[in-house]
Amino acid sequence: MVNLIWAFMAIIGIVYAIFNGTMDQVNQALFQSANEAVTLSIGLISILVFWLGIMKIAETAGILNVLAIIFRPVIYRLFPEIPKDHPAIGYILSNLTANMFGLGNAATPMGLKAMEEMKKLSNSPIASRSMITFLALNTSSLTLIPTTVIAIRMQYDSVAPTEIVGTTIIATIFSSLSAVLLDRFFYHMTKDKEGL
Amino acid sequence: MSIITSVSTYIIPCFILIVLVIASYKKLPSYELFVEGGKEGIQMAFSLLPFLLGMIVAISILRSSGALEAFINLITPLLVLIGVPPEIVPLALIRPISGTAALGMTTELTQHYGPDSFIGRLAATMQGSTDTTLYIITIYFGAVGIKKMRYALKVGLLADLVGISVAIIIVKLVFG
Repeated sequence: MVNLIWAFMAIIGIVYAIFNGTMDQVNQALFQSANEAVTLSIGLISILVFWLGIMKIAETAGILNVLAIIFRPVIYRLFPEIPKDHPAIGYILSNLTANMFGLGNAATPMGLKAMEEMKKLSNSPIASRSMITFLALNTSSLTLIPTTVIAIRMQYDSVAPTEIVGTTIIATIFSSLSAVLLDRFFYHMTKDKEGL
Repeated sequence: MSIITSVSTYIIPCFILIVLVIASYKKLPSYELFVEGGKEGIQMAFSLLPFLLGMIVAISILRSSGALEAFINLITPLLVLIGVPPEIVPLALIRPISGTAALGMTTELTQHYGPDSFIGRLAATMQGSTDTTLYIITIYFGAVGIKKMRYALKVGLLADLVGISVAIIIVKLVFG
C-alpha cells in the first residue's frame, strides 16, 4: 500500500503541476526537500547514538527488565505474541514512556530498537501483529505533556501555555484507545482471511 | 504550570543519572556499553536515510505543485458542513502526512489567531494529540526491512481521524 501512496503523491503532484504551471516550484522543492531529508537523517545520528548508548547500559543493568515487570499485566494483554521476558518489552515501554512525556527525540531510538527486537521474533518481511499494535500506539501518540506545543504557545505569549494539556490528554486517550480497538478489529478480520 | 515544565526538564537528566548510578553500583563497564550501543545508532541513521528522503520528496512534490492545496480547498466546504472550523482544515489534513508541515501550520495559526484564541487552542490540541502516521510507519517499518505492512496504515489513519474529531469536539466543549 505504501508503494501506491508514495508513487501517487509524486504522480499527482507532477501531473497537477503541468496544468497548474507550477513546475518551477516542483523542481525547486525536489532538491530542497531531498536536502532537508539528508539534514534530518544526519541530525538523527546524534540522537540515535546517544540514546542507544544510554539504553544499552540500561538494558545490561537490568533497568528495562524492572520496567517490564511493573507493567507486565498491561503489556501482556496488548502484545500477547511477545514472550514474557523478551527484551522487546523493555524497549516498547521506554518508547511509550518517552512519548508520554513528549520526549520525541528519545522515543524514536527506543521505538526503532523495539522494532528490531520484534523483527527477531517474527523473522519475516511481513509486519507482525505486535509491530502493528506498537505502531498504532505510536501514531496515535499517547501524550501527557505536549512539550513542543507548550513551547510554541509560550513563544507567542500565551496567558496559560499549558491550558491545552487537559484537552490534549483527552483527545490522545480517545485516539490511542481507538487505535488499539481498530488494531484488534483488523487483526481478527485479516486473521480469518489470511488464515494466519 | 511550572510543575509540568520542570518535570519535563528533569526527566531526561534524572533517567541518565539513575542508569549510570545503577550501572556503576553493579560494576558494569558503562562507557564501553555506551559506545557499543551508540555504534548501532550510526548504522540505523544511515539505513533510514533513503526511506525518509523518498517520503519527504514525494510529499514536497505534492505540496509545491499546489495539488494538496487544491484538494484541501475542494473538501473544505464538506468538512465545514459537519462543523469543522475552516481555518483548521489544512492542519487536520496535513497532520498525519507531514510532521514539519503540521508544526509549521500550528505555529502559523498560533501566531495569526493568538495562542489563547479558539483556533490557537484547537491547533495546539490537534498538534499535541496525534503523531505523524506516515513518518512513523515509514521509518519504523523501513528500519527493520518490513515489506508488507498489512493493516498498519489503515489503523493509523483511522485513529488519526478519531483523534482529530475528538480534539475539535473537546476544545469546543471546554473553551467554546
